[in-house]
Amino acid sequence: MQGVEGFIYPNELELQWSVLIVLYPFITGLVAGAFILASLERVFNVQAVKPTYRLALLTALAFLIVAPLPLQLHLGHPERSVEMYLTPQPNSAMAMFGFVYLWYLMVVLVLEIWLDYRKEIVLTWQKSTGLMKLLYGAMALWSDNISPRALDRDDRIGRALTVIGIPSAFMLHGYVGFIFGSIKANPWWSTPLMPIVFLFSAIVSGIAAVMILYFVTCWFRKVVVDMACVDTIATYLFYAFVVDFSLEMLDLIHRLYESDESFRALDFMVKTRLFTSQIVLQIIVGTIVPLAMLGLTQLVRFREPVRRVIYLVAGCLTMVGIFAMRWNVVIGGQLFSKSFLGYTGYKMEFATREGLLPAILLMILPFVILWVLIRLLPPWGHEEKTAARHA
Amino acid sequence: MNQDRRSFLGSTGTLLVLTASAAIAWEHVLAGTPEEAPNYTATDHWWGMSIDIEKCIGCGTCVRACKTENDVPREDFMFRTWVERYVVDPAEYEHPKVSSPNGGYDGFHEQEVKDPNLKVFFVPKLCNHCAHSPCVQVCPVGATFESQDGVVLVDRKYCLGCRYCVQACPYGCRFIDPRTETVDKCSLCYHRITKGLTTACCETCPTGTRVLADLKNPKDPIHAFLRDHKVQVLKPQMATGSKVFYNGLDGSVR
Repeated sequence: MQGVEGFIYPNELELQWSVLIVLYPFITGLVAGAFILASLERVFNVQAVKPTYRLALLTALAFLIVAPLPLQLHLGHPERSVEMYLTPQPNSAMAMFGFVYLWYLMVVLVLEIWLDYRKEIVLTWQKSTGLMKLLYGAMALWSDNISPRALDRDDRIGRALTVIGIPSAFMLHGYVGFIFGSIKANPWWSTPLMPIVFLFSAIVSGIAAVMILYFVTCWFRKVVVDMACVDTIATYLFYAFVVDFSLEMLDLIHRLYESDESFRALDFMVKTRLFTSQIVLQIIVGTIVPLAMLGLTQLVRFREPVRRVIYLVAGCLTMVGIFAMRWNVVIGGQLFSKSFLGYTGYKMEFATREGLLPAILLMILPFVILWVLIRLLPPWGHEEKTAARHA
Repeated sequence: MNQDRRSFLGSTGTLLVLTASAAIAWEHVLAGTPEEAPNYTATDHWWGMSIDIEKCIGCGTCVRACKTENDVPREDFMFRTWVERYVVDPAEYEHPKVSSPNGGYDGFHEQEVKDPNLKVFFVPKLCNHCAHSPCVQVCPVGATFESQDGVVLVDRKYCLGCRYCVQACPYGCRFIDPRTETVDKCSLCYHRITKGLTTACCETCPTGTRVLADLKNPKDPIHAFLRDHKVQVLKPQMATGSKVFYNGLDGSVR
């Protein structure tokens, strides 16, 4: 049989989880990471990252809206997915997805964004006419109370929400790691480190994504990049990355040293079928190189243009590395037989329901949503806008 | 008059809402009920199977019977039961040579084994109907469930096709039926055993390798089988409470 090497159980020929399931942890990771970056400003009062606060929240929302779509597209019976809400099986890690997702979407993100933007929404509602008036009126829930007392209350509730939001963001992505980490049948996945590795890689990818988006939006708006802001973000990215990489290496060293019954099969897989995506893309190109670049900026004070290039390149490589990590977990975990005696292959199709094309479209969609969100709820302040106009 | 209309609409609305909720609730209660058979009391049974590896000749009759009886797709990567051939060098028991061409459906071609020290044997496999099934644990909607008589079943009308159970099964017993886009697996011929018959694979096995077992029946031969043989289950380290018991299971079998 094509792509098969050694012995696999007959039912194992077909790979169950495709590239769409790779997107799922990748996208939810971006959500959790972006939110945690936003909460730095709000809860821990890191003023330097303020220019990215709202952008990070909107990015988190744009990606969160898309997060369930790859899952939905992957299901054999998407029309039955509502059953996960109506009759969830409480022992199933997956059954909790809907609830964690809804909690995060509605209670944490939407509410926090709404409270933060309420004043602007009401002002725009009062200024606009026609359809836009209706839209902003609906967004304000037809409440125009923006008295100092009301705004102060908004701020206090918003802060409380962010405090709730941080553990929620941890839960959202830690939980995604648990979906994989709790499968005892699969030694590639089954480790209690999985949720925590997922969490830190999520923080890394979210911070990198917001940093890149900040560069891009500055370029589009023709405003000067706030170097104090990106320097701070890059420092956080570096430290989060150090923790993430240490955890992943701990997992690797533990596996190497323990060398249990699955080791030989997994070792062979990493050296052959996963070599490019694991060793080259994830570890070297996507982790060691950006870590070295970011580490260098901590030691040497480069000129601003050089730092900008380093941050941008390191950020992009980080995204490649984290995507490769998701790929290696999801696809890698299915390439070997549970008999540990053989391997199967994954041939990605193109224009099928679970092919490359829908995966690409699903990755473009959050940016379209983000663009709409930015148009509706501009994340940058009035002063900046004026500066941009004069630039 | 107005008051009357309001109360009428109110009570009709309440009735509609309650009836609809009750209907939905009842549907969900029924969703987990295996097909009923007259004169069959599920709680009186606890089903499993005994497999005597020393008796298996690798003829593949069980695989063919299963595919026919249960309308299993004929593809060579979809099986409710299959047979593996092991060729083991006892000194290299961690690296057995295993094959299962077309799941053993067509039997096995004779293979000349020149080295007299090699062990050659067949291992029939099927769902282990575990008492602590990882597949049941992970199903997000309870479409895979354990019946009261210890059979792991799938409600096809309820399965989402998320494939989490396929990932969770340590034995590779599950596959997605492309015709229904839902998961499929051995049902231990539930439609037969609840009518007092044995499974299709046990019925057709020419050597009596596979025997359906009712562990709750004190007269069932399974008790003697378990007592008199050195019995093992597949992957005992998984602690799944497997109820398919093998006699003569070599340590090399995965």
